[in-house]
Amino acid sequence: MSEVVLEGRNIVRDYHVGGGLFGKQKTVQAVKGVSFTLEKGKTLAIVGESGCGKSTLGRILTLIDPQTSGELLIDGKPINIAKDRVTAEMRRKVQIIFQNPYGSLNPRQKIGEVLGEPLLLNTNKTAAERRDLAMQMLVKVGLGPEHYNRYPHMFSGGQRQRIAIARALMLSPSLLVLDEPVSALDLSVQAQVLNLLADLQDEFNLTYVFISHDLSVVRYIADEVMVMYYGEVVEYGTREEVFANPQHSYTKTLFAATPKSDVESIRARLAKKKAA
Amino acid sequence: MALLEIKNLSVGFDTNAGLFMAVQGIDLSVDNREVLAIVGESGSGKSVAMLAVMGLLPKTATVTADSMTFDGHNMLTMTGKQRREIVGRDVAMIFQEPMASLNPCFTVGFQLEEVLRFHMKMDGPTRRKRAIELFKQVGIPSPEERLNSFPHQMSGGQCQRVMIAIAIACNPKLLIADEPTTALDVTIQKQILDLLVSLQVKHGMGLIMITHDMGVVAETADRVIVQYKGRKMEEADVLSLFESPKSPYTRALLSALPENATGDRLSTVADFMKNEAANAGVAP
Repeated sequence: MSEVVLEGRNIVRDYHVGGGLFGKQKTVQAVKGVSFTLEKGKTLAIVGESGCGKSTLGRILTLIDPQTSGELLIDGKPINIAKDRVTAEMRRKVQIIFQNPYGSLNPRQKIGEVLGEPLLLNTNKTAAERRDLAMQMLVKVGLGPEHYNRYPHMFSGGQRQRIAIARALMLSPSLLVLDEPVSALDLSVQAQVLNLLADLQDEFNLTYVFISHDLSVVRYIADEVMVMYYGEVVEYGTREEVFANPQHSYTKTLFAATPKSDVESIRARLAKKKAA
Repeated sequence: MALLEIKNLSVGFDTNAGLFMAVQGIDLSVDNREVLAIVGESGSGKSVAMLAVMGLLPKTATVTADSMTFDGHNMLTMTGKQRREIVGRDVAMIFQEPMASLNPCFTVGFQLEEVLRFHMKMDGPTRRKRAIELFKQVGIPSPEERLNSFPHQMSGGQCQRVMIAIAIACNPKLLIADEPTTALDVTIQKQILDLLVSLQVKHGMGLIMITHDMGVVAETADRVIVQYKGRKMEEADVLSLFESPKSPYTRALLSALPENATGDRLSTVADFMKNEAANAGVAP
């Protein structure tokens, strides 16, 4: 068995809402006890509808928000950002890519600065070294050195997502959390970005946590699949297990709702419509 | 005669860099009781063509066409006043962002009743009754209370249902849905698509679905137009399009679907462009 990069043990996250002068405080449990393990070089897909807690879990894994209870282990080390200070080394290990490539880049920052900033903050590299590394990374994600001095508005959605990926990779992380990275993109651009992610995973032996609501993408990219529903894990297993034999009724609903584009189902639909 | 018939439609925009042609010579027709899907990537001019029909383009756009008739009316020569009487009543449109297309300052009930007041000249109580009926039709629970909600108090799927209710309020002959489910979850998407198709069958409407999602096309369309960079690449009924796509671009689009992946890599439209250029004997 290869090495486990990420492990969650019964992770819970509560949010307290309301509780003003007269209102009573309510507790919303966004994540209700999630456990999983993820090996190096594998992809775990977290699937669920909006509001099911999948992004909250992603934020906990990226050390943005603390868990309320439960244990999170990265590379075998337990970590709880509510209690301990996070070291720069820990921060380097986990990076995140967000859904909206239009919102996640600073419009007043040139691409070169976007890529250089993680190095500036976390390492002691000189400006020249940072510049070289940024140029190399641009080429790796399918852009060119000529893009170094451009601003985000000069790029298309797919290119911006490449920049976000490049920024996340600058610190050579071992774990990448991808929060709906392709759901804002067109079909063919989506294919390009998915190809890029697959290439990078091979090259750097990256571990992905892929958050998505699109089952066709998940089926393509994931090794393991976790289905969440109202903060609970209702299904967890390898891709083959989950897709071949879904157990929970919600997973079945999800499969039924996914548009089918094979010729047989179109034929069946047209026949049904004709009969009606 | 077809419900909507467009011949050789072109739309250009005056920009600093000269004239930009967003749509170049599109022919299109939709019948009653027919679902036509227009597929294309962003920038292929699929929305612009439909906005031209609705007369919703900004003044910088120049629209030319050999003919553009809707239900016997010539859409090219009609005045703004005539157009406003038709648009919203006989032909209605649903947009992609339900949250952005509703006015946040008014209740959804007010916005729905506005259509009924303007087009159907209904009085207050009749409007209220019709509004409740419409909300029931699109599947919004406890419609009497929901009519008094503001858009921000409703979820994305609910707002899209409100938009559909507004669009079908006057029993339109043609409904244009511009990416109606792109911002929504798959389970909600399924509900909205089922709702649109059932309404289309029930009222015998023509329905134009603008989308970039081949899955949505497969689930709803009778006939499909594939558009790329403002030109029509292919037109076919849905079965033959998926079974034996004629145009190489359509084949490229279909093979970019993750479920059609062969081996480790997805093929992209960029690959298609490269092949095209190679075939034509010029460098990409």
